[in-house]
Amino acid sequence: MSAGMDLAATIVLNGLTLAALYFIVASGFSLIFGLMRVVNMAHGAMYLVAGYVGYAVFEPLYDRDVWYAWYVGVAAGVAFAAVFGAFVQVVLLGWMQGQELRQALVTIGLSIIVADQLLAIYGGTPRQFFAPDAIFGSTQVPGVGGYPTFRLVQIGIALAVGIGLWLLLNRTKLGMMIRAGVDDRQMLGACGVNVPLVGVAVFALGSALAGLGGVVGATAQPLAMGADGRFLLISLVVVIVGGMGSVTGTALGAVLIGLAEQIGQALFPTYSVILTFVIMVAVLALRPQGILGRA
Amino acid sequence: MTIQITRRAALLGGAGLAAGGLAMPAIAQNAPIRLGGLTTLEGPFATGGQDAYRCVQMELERINNTIGGRRIEFIRESSNAQADVALARARKLIEQDNVDIILGPLSGAEGIALRDYSRTLTGKSIVNGSSGASDTTLRNPSPNFFRFSTDGTQWMAGLGRHIHGLGIREVAITAGDYAFPYAQVFGFNLEFCRLGGKVTQYWAPLGTTDFTSQIAQINRSNAGAVIVVHGGTDGLAFMTQYAQAGGSKPLVGGSIMADQTMLSARGPHRRVMMGMLSGGPIADIIDDPTWTDFVARYRRRWANEGGFASPSIHGVNYVTNLYGILAGLRAVNGDLSGNQAAFQRAMAAAELTAPTGASVKLDHNRQAISDIFLNRIEERGGNAVVVAFDRARAVNQTLGMPEAQFLQLGSPSRDNAGCVA
Repeated sequence: MSAGMDLAATIVLNGLTLAALYFIVASGFSLIFGLMRVVNMAHGAMYLVAGYVGYAVFEPLYDRDVWYAWYVGVAAGVAFAAVFGAFVQVVLLGWMQGQELRQALVTIGLSIIVADQLLAIYGGTPRQFFAPDAIFGSTQVPGVGGYPTFRLVQIGIALAVGIGLWLLLNRTKLGMMIRAGVDDRQMLGACGVNVPLVGVAVFALGSALAGLGGVVGATAQPLAMGADGRFLLISLVVVIVGGMGSVTGTALGAVLIGLAEQIGQALFPTYSVILTFVIMVAVLALRPQGILGRA
Repeated sequence: MTIQITRRAALLGGAGLAAGGLAMPAIAQNAPIRLGGLTTLEGPFATGGQDAYRCVQMELERINNTIGGRRIEFIRESSNAQADVALARARKLIEQDNVDIILGPLSGAEGIALRDYSRTLTGKSIVNGSSGASDTTLRNPSPNFFRFSTDGTQWMAGLGRHIHGLGIREVAITAGDYAFPYAQVFGFNLEFCRLGGKVTQYWAPLGTTDFTSQIAQINRSNAGAVIVVHGGTDGLAFMTQYAQAGGSKPLVGGSIMADQTMLSARGPHRRVMMGMLSGGPIADIIDDPTWTDFVARYRRRWANEGGFASPSIHGVNYVTNLYGILAGLRAVNGDLSGNQAAFQRAMAAAELTAPTGASVKLDHNRQAISDIFLNRIEERGGNAVVVAFDRARAVNQTLGMPEAQFLQLGSPSRDNAGCVA
């Protein structure tokens, strides 16, 4: 295989692995928006907080060289984000249901407070998780050569998240309630379903996904201040392109944005950011509800 | 004692009231000098910014926050390494906090923005923090902007020649796509290309954390070494991903790569960074008593409060510039009257010794002429440290080239990276 093909294959694979991370984070964002109609501007903060909390749990274990350090870090980060998300919904957002602007502003404020608190507690030093040896080295990929194993694992995690979400939404009672809630909240409430409680569950789940993204992302690239804004923006772009509230749409959006970013970086690094937004503008102009969004 | 001071203050206040406008100059003279600090406590250089304030605080404590009988009040502001944010915060320092002098900023493009802003001010001075874009002082300099630290081009003095001397004829340069790396790449290329070396440049915007595609290209190229001119989280991301991708080419670092901000972070990047060469205004280990003393004081002061094993490049640059301010203030005995004219003249004429032991004086653009170190990362006592193995004295902003000729090469940029044979 020629060097050019080789490189092209690597870049496509990079795009897909990046897309996997974007999907994990954005699916939570999309889920929350789909049911709650809340544009959760604190979604990036969930990513950040899970990364730091997970790291605080991970580091002492890693120092003691125990093999499960990373897994515990993941669990801690995800659990913390889920509890934090549920807390936000119960204490802050629940009683202003339907006031979209107010909720957006509250979540923006929250994300600023969270980021500053994290800076005060953990300082500005970048952190990075080290995955267990089994998934840390490099793997031979046909047509690409040695490739970081963890980035392949990222695809696996994203697939698991995607399939899990699909099963949850389409095969469980909770999923049925969520889908019904997306269509008509009031009717769902009239049927005797405790809609606010479903809301808390959805918020916790969405935040947990941001948290999972936080730990997985902080294993693939350094975690530092500013990651919250970056991943919030990416989540927004991904769901706008893919279509709000649709799991497959989010996956498609993530793949498009991930590939665009990596191909852009290889071909015209300085302007690669523009490519992402060109895609977004094109989608908004031609299909405002997103590629797979419902009108 | 407390009562006495209070009484004296009360008397002074009374006298001031009685004398009205007549007593005003005396009071102004005893009012604190307001020094505004501007660094990056947010964004990719947050760690470096934090260390800058550590070092500045330490040196101010050392003189008991007093100079020429006047107290120095230090007001801290923060930006995120973006020029517009730095400008807004600088305006806030001048207009709302009413500072006399700004010490900052940290990053390249911010420096150019503040240079331009300083030109609009009267009776205020901006003294650089750690920003190192060459154009900040080389082209269109502002009379109110002073830089006692060296710029990114100067920091590469001797490195291109050294790499060529090792028999390496082709290198890949990966660099941030903004003012400071332009200056660094320019400085490296100037020497390396002149000797016949060949370079391929890979630019990435500041804030890039996924370099895998770039690394794939570099690993497949014929380059004999990789010159990495990133910093902060970007640099850490590059190094980590380079290690993960099994990169094996020798690495040469820009000046903010071989630094404790990078070496103190944990991870596989430490392995690939061992033996890395770099050039810059500091090293962890410099054979100079002034530096040994500074490092010892830094460790005593900050060891238990989150300090690094050794002061960072940003900390040292901020302190060098602080020394410039203090030298000026000492010369005029803390008197900033006359729109700071005497103070600014004193700063321009100041000659001082940086914490590294390097001697510093300013050229006609108020830009430092100082010493540059050639460094190697070595393992000492289980820790990675940057060791200076050579020192170029009195490096000026044009790397010894006549200024007119240097200016003709054009301003460093992505498309004008100094590679002229």
